[in-house]
Amino acid sequence: MSAISLKNLDISYGTTKVVEGANIEVAAGESFALVGESGSGKSTILKAIAGLAPDWTGEITVLGEKRGHRVDHAFATRCQMVFQDPYGSLHPRKTVDAVLSEPLRIHGLPNRDARVLEMLAAVGLDQRFRFRYPHQLSGGQRQRVAIARALMLEPKVMLLDEPTSALDVSVQAEILNLLKKLRREQGLTYLMVTHNLPVVSFMCDRMAVMNKGRIVEIAPASALHDGSFTDPYTQSLYAASGGNPDRKDQ
Amino acid sequence: MSPSPLLELENLRVSFPTPKGRIEVVKGLSFTLGRERLGIVGESGSGKSMTGRALLRLVRTPGAQVADRMVFDGIDLQRLSERKMRELRGARISMIMQDPKFSLNPVMTIGAQIAEALKTHEKLARRDIRARVLEMLEAVRINDPERVMELYPHEVSGGMGQRVMIAMMLIPRPDLLIADEPTSALDVSVQAQVLDLIDELVRDKGMGLILISHDLNLVARYCDRILVMHAGEVVESCAAADLQNATHPYTRGLLAAVPRMEETRAELPTLDRSAWSGT
Ligand SMILES: Nc1ncnc2c1ncn2[C@@H]1O[C@H](COP(=O)(O)OP(=O)(O)OP(=O)(O)O)[C@@H](O)[C@H]1O
Ligand SMILES: Nc1ncnc2c1ncn2[C@@H]1O[C@H](COP(=O)(O)OP(=O)(O)OP(=O)(O)O)[C@@H](O)[C@H]1O
Ligand SMILES: [Mg+2]
Ligand SMILES: [Mg+2]
Repeated sequence: MSAISLKNLDISYGTTKVVEGANIEVAAGESFALVGESGSGKSTILKAIAGLAPDWTGEITVLGEKRGHRVDHAFATRCQMVFQDPYGSLHPRKTVDAVLSEPLRIHGLPNRDARVLEMLAAVGLDQRFRFRYPHQLSGGQRQRVAIARALMLEPKVMLLDEPTSALDVSVQAEILNLLKKLRREQGLTYLMVTHNLPVVSFMCDRMAVMNKGRIVEIAPASALHDGSFTDPYTQSLYAASGGNPDRKDQ
Repeated sequence: MSPSPLLELENLRVSFPTPKGRIEVVKGLSFTLGRERLGIVGESGSGKSMTGRALLRLVRTPGAQVADRMVFDGIDLQRLSERKMRELRGARISMIMQDPKFSLNPVMTIGAQIAEALKTHEKLARRDIRARVLEMLEAVRINDPERVMELYPHEVSGGMGQRVMIAMMLIPRPDLLIADEPTSALDVSVQAQVLDLIDELVRDKGMGLILISHDLNLVARYCDRILVMHAGEVVESCAAADLQNATHPYTRGLLAAVPRMEETRAELPTLDRSAWSGT
């Protein structure tokens, strides 16, 4: 069974159609990347799945259940999204502790204190950050809070929008290792937007490439090893990323 | 005698009160900058953004900043009145903030905001302003500038917001640009085009650049000199060309943590976080 299935998905904002005819099947336990041009509709696809971009036609199915056009709280325990812009997605007057324990409280889950501490450690944040407000954190620290919040409910499906683009490489490595471990141990499914092709190579099985609102190619992540892409846009993206410097003969 | 540097910074300290007393997040940073490109890299929380903000005297209370010397083009920034400082910001020193959407005015269209930035610097007829704004949006590779001008910040994508911010900061032609993770949301091809544009301004207009980024390759490519920060201090300083041969264990650790195009490691190496610092 597919964990996420998008069929003939069109998404609009007002009169502007920004995604056209998207078809994606992400298998349960798969890690699937969405890459492509800035403004091509990647975040919009994740938002539609999460119920935050209501103006769509086609079919969205997550874990066997057809999605409606709005936010659904029961859905949140199974599927969580990490937003591209951590500042905007964290409430300015809530401490890290409030942000992390809130989902547990809403869903009546126990052991809040222990879970908060455990999750802070998992994303590499010291305890002294626990009672800080977002503006008292650096960019990368805020992003880790956003990731921790999404993990609190132990969702089965994670929609990750540029989860590590604000992080330095050492913290990025920790977060990617953590996401990989969670996927291995708990069979999570990831749909992850990133512009970093080496991150796709490390984290993902397959990738869809978007350009101007359309998916132009779906390829295995291993195509990054030798650049065996068929679409011209994908080829140019790969070339601009410097190709694979470890294969000098290419 | 060589011309005086664009910026001189000596012993910059930024601190915040915490339950355990005041703690420094920037601990005595010093550098001089000519009309050149300085890169700052380093761990999350190491004080990169605070350094940038301090140069504009924008550290928010209860944070406090002091320096033995902070002189820009002969002007002692620490002694400037708040009003004069405001005039300098944006016009002569501008900073591309790490959170572009947070730094944009949510109730003003993109076009109006960029026009505003231009107007503080130059007196132009309305038509000319519009033309300059469109030209600038094109320069940062926004595909359909006419449409984007009319949008509000929440209606643009992450990468578009970042480029709008860059357009806004470049349009007054500053003498010094501080760019804090300016292209972290952009794909590599757009990223290269935008950085080439900034580079052009450095070469042709003699703009000074401080580029803060966690992308080591990018900093190596677009800067002349690099400072590596850790826990509020500079742990290594080298010519960009020598970054790959960096010797400090922290810098080596960073280099090893970069994923590769053909990644075969099951796990990426990480740094020892017991040395984790900051406030
Ligand atoms: N609320 C909105 N109202 C109107 N248009 C919008 C809105 N949100 C996004 N758009 C438009 O939809 C298009 C796709 O945006 P989206 O955020 O999905 O791009 P993206 O692929 O995630 O880009 P990036 O890599 O830059 O984040 C853009 O042209 C953008 O201007
Ligand atoms: N209001 C505050 N009170 C206490 N500490 C603060 C406050 N604001 C920021 N800090 C701390 O100052 C340190 C330096 O922050 P800064 O934003 O300069 O980091 P950075 O190097 O830019 O990191 P990143 O790469 O994650 O953006 C961080 O550890 C942060 O938690
Ligand atoms: Mg996006
Ligand atoms: Mg920062």
